[in-house]
Amino acid sequence: MKPPPFEYVVPDTLEEALEILAERRSEAKPLAGGQSLVPTMNFRLSEPGLLVDLRRIENLAGIRGTEDGGLEIGAMTLQADAERSPLVAERTPLLAEALPWVAHAQIRNRGTVGGSLAHADPAAELPAVALALGARVETCRAGGRSRWIDAETLWPGMFATAIEPEELLTRIRFPPAAPGSGFAFRELARRSGDFALVGVAAVVRLDEDGRCGMARITLLSVADRPLVANEGAKVLIGRIPTPAVIVEAARAVAARDVDPPSDIHASAAYRRHLCQTLTRRALTAAFDRGGDRPGHAGPRWRAGGW
Amino acid sequence: MSGDDRADGGARSVGRDVPRNEDRLLLTGRALFVDDVEPTGTLHAAFVRSDWAHGRLRGVDVTAARAHPGVVAAWTAEDLGDYWAPGPLLVSPPPIERLEFHARTQVPLAKDKVRHVGEPIAVVIAESRYLAEDAAALVEVDVDPLPAVVDLEAGLEPGAPLVHDDLESNLSARVVQERGDWEAARAQADLLLARRLRYDRGAAAAIENRGIVAEWDARAGEMTIWDTTQAPIPIRNGLARMLGLSEGRVRVVAPFIGGGFGPKIMMFYPEEVVIPWAAMTLGRPVKWIEDRRENFFATTQERLQIHDAEIALSADGRILGVKDRFLHDVGAYDPYGLTVPINSQCTLLGPYDVPAYHSEFLAVFTNKTIVSPVRGAGRQHGVFVMERLLDLAARELGIDRVEIRRRNFLPPDAFPHDNNVIYQDFAPLVYDSGNYRPALEKAVERIGWKEWRRPEMRRGEGGRRRGIGIVNYVEGTGIGPYEGARVTVETGGRVRVVTGVGTQGQGHFTSFAQIAADALGVDPADVDVVTGDTREFHWGTGTFASRSMVVAGNAVHAAASKVREKAVERAAAELGVEEEAIELADGRAFVRGEPACGIGLGELAVKANPLRGAVRGGSEPGLEASGYFGPERGATASGVHACVVEVDTETMDVEIVRYLVVHDCGRIVNPAIVEGQIQGGVAMGIGNAFYEMLVHDESGQLLNASFMDYLLPTADVVPRIETAHFETPSPLNPLGVKGVGEAGAIPVAAAFAQALEDALAPIAPGLEIREIPLKPSRLWELVEAARARAGGEAP
Repeated sequence: MKPPPFEYVVPDTLEEALEILAERRSEAKPLAGGQSLVPTMNFRLSEPGLLVDLRRIENLAGIRGTEDGGLEIGAMTLQADAERSPLVAERTPLLAEALPWVAHAQIRNRGTVGGSLAHADPAAELPAVALALGARVETCRAGGRSRWIDAETLWPGMFATAIEPEELLTRIRFPPAAPGSGFAFRELARRSGDFALVGVAAVVRLDEDGRCGMARITLLSVADRPLVANEGAKVLIGRIPTPAVIVEAARAVAARDVDPPSDIHASAAYRRHLCQTLTRRALTAAFDRGGDRPGHAGPRWRAGGW
Repeated sequence: MSGDDRADGGARSVGRDVPRNEDRLLLTGRALFVDDVEPTGTLHAAFVRSDWAHGRLRGVDVTAARAHPGVVAAWTAEDLGDYWAPGPLLVSPPPIERLEFHARTQVPLAKDKVRHVGEPIAVVIAESRYLAEDAAALVEVDVDPLPAVVDLEAGLEPGAPLVHDDLESNLSARVVQERGDWEAARAQADLLLARRLRYDRGAAAAIENRGIVAEWDARAGEMTIWDTTQAPIPIRNGLARMLGLSEGRVRVVAPFIGGGFGPKIMMFYPEEVVIPWAAMTLGRPVKWIEDRRENFFATTQERLQIHDAEIALSADGRILGVKDRFLHDVGAYDPYGLTVPINSQCTLLGPYDVPAYHSEFLAVFTNKTIVSPVRGAGRQHGVFVMERLLDLAARELGIDRVEIRRRNFLPPDAFPHDNNVIYQDFAPLVYDSGNYRPALEKAVERIGWKEWRRPEMRRGEGGRRRGIGIVNYVEGTGIGPYEGARVTVETGGRVRVVTGVGTQGQGHFTSFAQIAADALGVDPADVDVVTGDTREFHWGTGTFASRSMVVAGNAVHAAASKVREKAVERAAAELGVEEEAIELADGRAFVRGEPACGIGLGELAVKANPLRGAVRGGSEPGLEASGYFGPERGATASGVHACVVEVDTETMDVEIVRYLVVHDCGRIVNPAIVEGQIQGGVAMGIGNAFYEMLVHDESGQLLNASFMDYLLPTADVVPRIETAHFETPSPLNPLGVKGVGEAGAIPVAAAFAQALEDALAPIAPGLEIREIPLKPSRLWELVEAARARAGGEAP
């Protein structure tokens, strides 16, 4: 479990990093915490010729509120810093609720928010959360060119992103929460820190008449990428979210939105069953927090609670 | 007990929570582990391993690897020449009539055929491990894959692919043992229950993987080997023979080791054989440290057995007889003989009176990693089968689960109790002592068994349900043949205890020190214990079968008692009194009643080693003695495990809410160490029950060879473990001790399964847990199937 030989550089500026990537795009790999990349190198599952460590680049880390009431997180922000940020808790409580589910505290002390999004693990929490919240990411390339990519189109497949090899993900923007919104994240993992058997992120908005005006449900560990459950959401729109309606939506998710895989940890049938159960629990909590009752109950260990 | 024969005063340390002598070194990072050993000029080895579970080895080309920068050697089986030989059979079959056994032992590097994924094919030795691994990737291995033997039943079918071509089938062994008349018991029975039960394969997963460093001193003609072995002395003797050296010219050091759990008692692993030869051949020290990925393929494992068991009972729940036939997975080779399945066969009987027993097992070669004992060593299976059958019988007969056990216990006057079967130590399985009922009643009281009938106790938060399980076990521990120790009072007054057993975290540096300290009247902190260095002591076998305290502990006691006699004799002469008047305490010998009239033990040691003048004829220098102990047979420990689980009835996520162990390991030397053993054992058992399973596909590939997918129990899933002790001393050794190293791990799955059935009974009537390990996904399937059978519907 030793990696094959590789070069390693630590550029001081973004422009320098982007130039290196432009020059050696086929063999270079950005290092943004390395909590997934380095193990794959030790297993010799990936053999990049050059690691470009982004940790010294100024202004790539940081959490700021945007003027519209949303949130911007620098790509190299440590997951642990985001987890502890009052601003994150206030403006994107869904992200705050999901962060403790990301691996272990030790890994969150090294792992970065942008690193997780760019790694595109279909079992990771942060892509599903970004997708649920309608986030966008900024990418830059040498020569000062940049663009924004919607979370919706960021992950075309397993461990794949729409980011070009010479581009770097630099920041993530979360739009402001609409009034009346409620959020919840539910996951079942075998042990604290394990990849989810299934995870569900839910964002809903209750209109003044008590009906569901908006619902967005995303799931992780059920497909080759984070999945948006449109069929489940459709069931909710325009209806009063009674327990029966929520169950109907959860059933729709399990029956029509997902086609989960079997692996050594869980059968497809069990995963489908979990999709229904966890969606129901997530939606119940999200609607409970929605309307004019702001705030959230805080992260819960294990998939308990209703 | 002679341990109680102390005529003197002074505080006894045996029986007290003496702080561990080794912790200062361990906690300050100064303890020496094998990977800390790196002599100047050390080379590093990487092994090229089979990617196939089964195949013909057509060719191995190491040309490119040899040409790689920094590579010193790259060898195949051919390159080993005459040194290449299959390993020895470590444990010969016990004397059981009609026994069939085919020994096929592992080889240093595969030749002609590969028989499991991870089997070593070539070794590359280079200036660093990185370079060695780079070059290992360049070795070209040409294999014609063959169908793999993975499933035990399929492996015994006629026409199945053969793991060993020279055998007629994949049968490694067949053993039948019986007592009483099963057919008569069956004919009398009011209730017959037959079930298939399965216990699957797991890894021992010690925190420290295996490792070996070999240094050849050509001038002295001496070989030094640092090895993570549990058996340094047999390793020394075996390697000396293989290398053509006399035993005295080979030194094996087993320094601090991060957990053994059994796989490190397996001997003459391929790497263990190749690395010393490499050091001798190349004239430079060579080091190999197993990485975690290798450990999943190359270090022995345990536990796949499939039992078809039947129990015959009277209407009042008394066991009339048990019949069991089981298949046992031995992996690709069977160097460890029949130890594991014999343990399963014997341990099934448990603390119960079983008048008729018919047990047959078939051990099957498979294309998987070699099986050798892992903490519990087959005992889990026996306990699981018997306890599950009793649970189902209790349900069927409408008898309380605790009550059916009470009715079948061997009574306290039944000891010694001969089970009329042969145990792993080749002797009849005779329980030395035991008193089972009080331990069960204590567990019933502590866990609050009666309150668990109240419905409100059975509901957890958010629709969760709670259930309770309680099971018994008996564990044969402390088997022979023997161990030894040498005890020396040094001139500074410190006592040195040297023994041959290896130590892997059991606290020997403290518990052995306590035994010597009490014999000599010193503080355990003033006793230095040395273990696992063959230059220091070279008689003994090793650390296994929960035997170190029983066998080596009593050897320390024997040696220390002799030293005590010498000290008393010399002190009496020095002080001019009768020997009976001498007391040893606080590191001094003095006249009873006159503490001022005495002499320090260190000073006595000086006087016992005169530099001039004459000594009395026949006297030996120093205050030193060696002692040995070999029990006539093993000591039988026993206990009760009880647990409360809480199940999320939708996700089938399970939390162990309470876990209680009431156990009897005879006389306790150090309660804190005993509790540590139990806690660790239960944690391992929890892993076995609900988290750890090695999953192979049909081609014999292991699908979860990393800690990402092989789930060890972590702090968040292991509850605080409550313990209570009973002490029924063993009559078979002077200290009255029994082993405890494996006890925690053995009955956990049985307790867990019973508690789960109890918790889920209201929603899945008729649910039977007949397999281990479980996981939420599998539990959900079992519950759904039980519901479907019961005609119920999911809530």
